[in-house]
Amino acid sequence: MPDEHRTAATRPASNEAATLAVYVWRGDAGGGAEQRFDVPKQDSQTVLDVVTWIQQQADASLTYRFACRVGMCGSCAMMVNDEPRWTCRTHVERVASDGELHIAPLRNLPVIKDLVTDMDPFFDKWVKAEAVHHPSAGRADGFAAVTPDDPQRIEASAGIECINCAICYAACDTVAGNPDYLGPAALQRAWTLYNDSRDGGGDAILDAVSQSGGCHSCHSMGSCSHYCPNDLDPMGAIAGLKLATTKRFFGRGKGGGRS
Amino acid sequence: MSGRAGQMAKRRIRGHALWYAHILHRVSGIGLALFLPLHFWVLSLAITDVAALDGFLAFADLPLVKLSEFGLVFLLAVHLFGGLRLMALEWLPWPAPHKTLAAGTLAISAFLSGVFFLQAI
Repeated sequence: MPDEHRTAATRPASNEAATLAVYVWRGDAGGGAEQRFDVPKQDSQTVLDVVTWIQQQADASLTYRFACRVGMCGSCAMMVNDEPRWTCRTHVERVASDGELHIAPLRNLPVIKDLVTDMDPFFDKWVKAEAVHHPSAGRADGFAAVTPDDPQRIEASAGIECINCAICYAACDTVAGNPDYLGPAALQRAWTLYNDSRDGGGDAILDAVSQSGGCHSCHSMGSCSHYCPNDLDPMGAIAGLKLATTKRFFGRGKGGGRS
Repeated sequence: MSGRAGQMAKRRIRGHALWYAHILHRVSGIGLALFLPLHFWVLSLAITDVAALDGFLAFADLPLVKLSEFGLVFLLAVHLFGGLRLMALEWLPWPAPHKTLAAGTLAISAFLSGVFFLQAI
């Protein structure tokens, strides 16, 4: 029974006094180790609440990153009990095992300090994948008509809720094994733009994603789609790029590179 | 990243169906890659060393070796269907539920035809 449905009488009396054993990874690029903090339990407490409590009440030198607290900005992703999660929308009671939390910086990215990773390699790969807007019209042109039920628009719309949190990037074993691999987020953004009728860079995108480390490096192991907090499907997007690049290779792609 | 942050994470994030499908495909592929050169080498004995081939065929008739042939057939089947799965996943422009239905239908038909086949032999 969820806590909010309990009356004061049935709520466990020990709840107020109970603490969580929280092990936070402390260190920098040179290495580090876990440090234990005992954090008071609260109802509906998120992992980000826990980290904030530690920083405000226990150790002001703890470094972490967050902004919106409501799952929109994508800046608070961390490894929580060894799985990548958006900490602001992850409730402690759903992930704590035996009253313990292990919080670490995102996997597959260089650590700057404590829970903060250097996101540069992640975003550099977005540019490398040509996941940038390629204008196809100028300000003198009229508004582009975007038809919501167009199949290509549906493909584009499927990926636009990406919040750049890098959870898929941290979950991906191919990224772990191949530093040149562009990763699920960059490739999904490339696929979204490829399907956007207003983007004029279809061929540039296919050139970029069919290089070494591009979409064909993906092994379809699906951790990206499994862990995406917004229920997006980067693996499906990468499959779309694989098909589009292959079609173009066999000369079956349409003008502008789109299929 | 060092210590727990790097090591333990690998274990946890690998426990879902698609990851198991990936590793099954990879391991069965390696198994077949090891088996095939051996298979062709044994076949070549028919030309180069008939006595050795007869010796091997006698060995292959042992019950344990016969039993392990099931493992080989399993590897082949798993790798074949794993490859079809990947091709459907990446090449067919179908919606995901259609692919699930198609895979389910294929599995049921393979099971039924397998049962009839075993009845026949």
